[in-house]
Amino acid sequence: MSYSITEPSDRQKWIAGLLVITYAIVTLIPLVWIIATGFKTPSDAIAYPPKVFFEPSLEGYVNLFTSRSRVTPEDLAALPPPATFYDRIVRQYDMVITGPSRYGERFMNSVIIGFGSTFLSVFLGTIAAYAFSRFKVPLKDDLLFFILSTRMMPPIAVAIPIFLMYRQLGLSDTHLGMILLYTAVNLSLSVWLLKGFIDEIPIEYEEAALIDGYTRFQAFYKVVLPQAATGIASTAIFCLIFAWNEYAFAALLTSGTAQTAPPFIPTIIGTGGKDWPAVAAGATLFLVPIMVFTILLRKHLLRGITFGAVRK
Amino acid sequence: MPLYVAQRVAVATPSNLAHRIRGLSDRTIAWLFVAPTIFLLLAVNIFPLIWTIRLSLTNFRTNRPNNAVEFVGIENYRKILTDPDTWQSLQATAHFLIWTIILQVLIGFTLAYLINKKFRGNDLWTTLIVLPMMLSPAVVGNFWTFLYQPQIGLFNYFIEFISGTDPASFSMIGEVALAPWAIVIVDTWMWTPFVMLICLAGLRSIPSSIYEAAECDRASKWRQFWTITIPMALPFLMLAVLFRGIENFKMFDLVVQLTGGGPGSTTQLTSIDLKREAFEKWRTGYASAYAVILFVTVFGLASIYVKALNKVKDR
Repeated sequence: MSYSITEPSDRQKWIAGLLVITYAIVTLIPLVWIIATGFKTPSDAIAYPPKVFFEPSLEGYVNLFTSRSRVTPEDLAALPPPATFYDRIVRQYDMVITGPSRYGERFMNSVIIGFGSTFLSVFLGTIAAYAFSRFKVPLKDDLLFFILSTRMMPPIAVAIPIFLMYRQLGLSDTHLGMILLYTAVNLSLSVWLLKGFIDEIPIEYEEAALIDGYTRFQAFYKVVLPQAATGIASTAIFCLIFAWNEYAFAALLTSGTAQTAPPFIPTIIGTGGKDWPAVAAGATLFLVPIMVFTILLRKHLLRGITFGAVRK
Repeated sequence: MPLYVAQRVAVATPSNLAHRIRGLSDRTIAWLFVAPTIFLLLAVNIFPLIWTIRLSLTNFRTNRPNNAVEFVGIENYRKILTDPDTWQSLQATAHFLIWTIILQVLIGFTLAYLINKKFRGNDLWTTLIVLPMMLSPAVVGNFWTFLYQPQIGLFNYFIEFISGTDPASFSMIGEVALAPWAIVIVDTWMWTPFVMLICLAGLRSIPSSIYEAAECDRASKWRQFWTITIPMALPFLMLAVLFRGIENFKMFDLVVQLTGGGPGSTTQLTSIDLKREAFEKWRTGYASAYAVILFVTVFGLASIYVKALNKVKDR
């Protein structure tokens, strides 16, 4: 790079860096606090002044994954000595483990619904985006606008008829119902993003393939798909993040079998007040995968959040 | 379905049946590829929308399916628009919308401007700053109620640390005067990175040659900022504002978890109001009319958004 008169001076850079880093640290405190609270004991979690340094404990995680019940000290004394560390933790509070909590199921629901809807919306989105990118589709611009506008609808407003419709079809509180719903919501994102990615692949590759005797289908999956792989992967992650984080539909349309983690985590309560370490532990396990994905996605982040409008 | 076997540029070998099926014409393929998407969207969006419009003209209640459903015309719409509760929730939404946008634009643009100074490690810090906006608003919002606890909450402790106010003396989500600000703070914390990223793209799209020319003309930095940086980044800024506007107009998950609309109905945004009408009071007809009004508003905003989007795209 050549020297430029518009390059900021070292002092400017230093001040800019200092301010940005300060902001970053402040903005990350709540996230660090979630992770830290997960490793506190309930009494450490609600200490005043808030404890920055504390002795780490797995109590939050044990409480998150188990349901417990209180026993009298005599009954407790009659029990055989605790076999595992989690038995030991629970018995300090005169309690015994009565079974697993619902967190595992809810987490699995999030995984099933997240991956199911991601697969479907990326599959449908890829073929639709290919068609929009390469063929003359009648009313193309109107269709694309229609697809995008579905994303703008307020979820609560859509939820009223969906609720009634799902009840009639027997889809309420089912994995399939939620997968179809999230697929429909994500389609706008996947079509718009993938159209951008496919537009960037030179059309000459396919033309060459067609001249070589490939059919359109062959040209599509042997030439275009491999070229679009990065785009498809990052679109998939965006769809997954949406389905993973979604709350409104999940809270209104699921209650048991198909409930995902976001409506469940806030309902975790302990004995005698909210069990914040358990809530924080549940939140940590739920949020950390997304943090990792965000870091992996950083190059395509901007594209994803603007439906492909802004590319770096 | 008709199979067109045509438009193959070169067919050297005689085609077998499998080849013929895969050699569908472009038009058929286009149709086949777009149809599932359109079909699903019609089923999950348009059909329910039509149903909502129909319901909005009736007095149907989901919890009383045996009651006679009467056609009431635009009665529901009239009721909604004259109900003071509606206007109160619109006011709460307006307060939320205006302040989140002002704060996010100011902070987001400043951050983008600073990051664009390209100090060492700016990529890493940008990625870290972005983290909050990718996370589940419901889960994070729920945890913020813990940070907002009087006495033990980290936020209240922080306020005590900088201003000396007793941390037990105020409750951000429990007081009528503070709750509207509590939701503005969390939304700003969460979504400022969004505005920042888009502004950063805007700033990076300005060719440095323009600044070099301005430098040669001895334009002051201040003047360069107002006559080059701001106008050239403006379409991006507008895009960010519109997007945040639409998203916050529909805001539900974060605020429901933070305050649940309370205390009283001070933070009852339109989506929360609608949810209460539809899923707590079960006034389905009334709520459907409410939903239609929100649809129309968002649809209007969305069409402006798409226009802005195309403008940015042409750059």
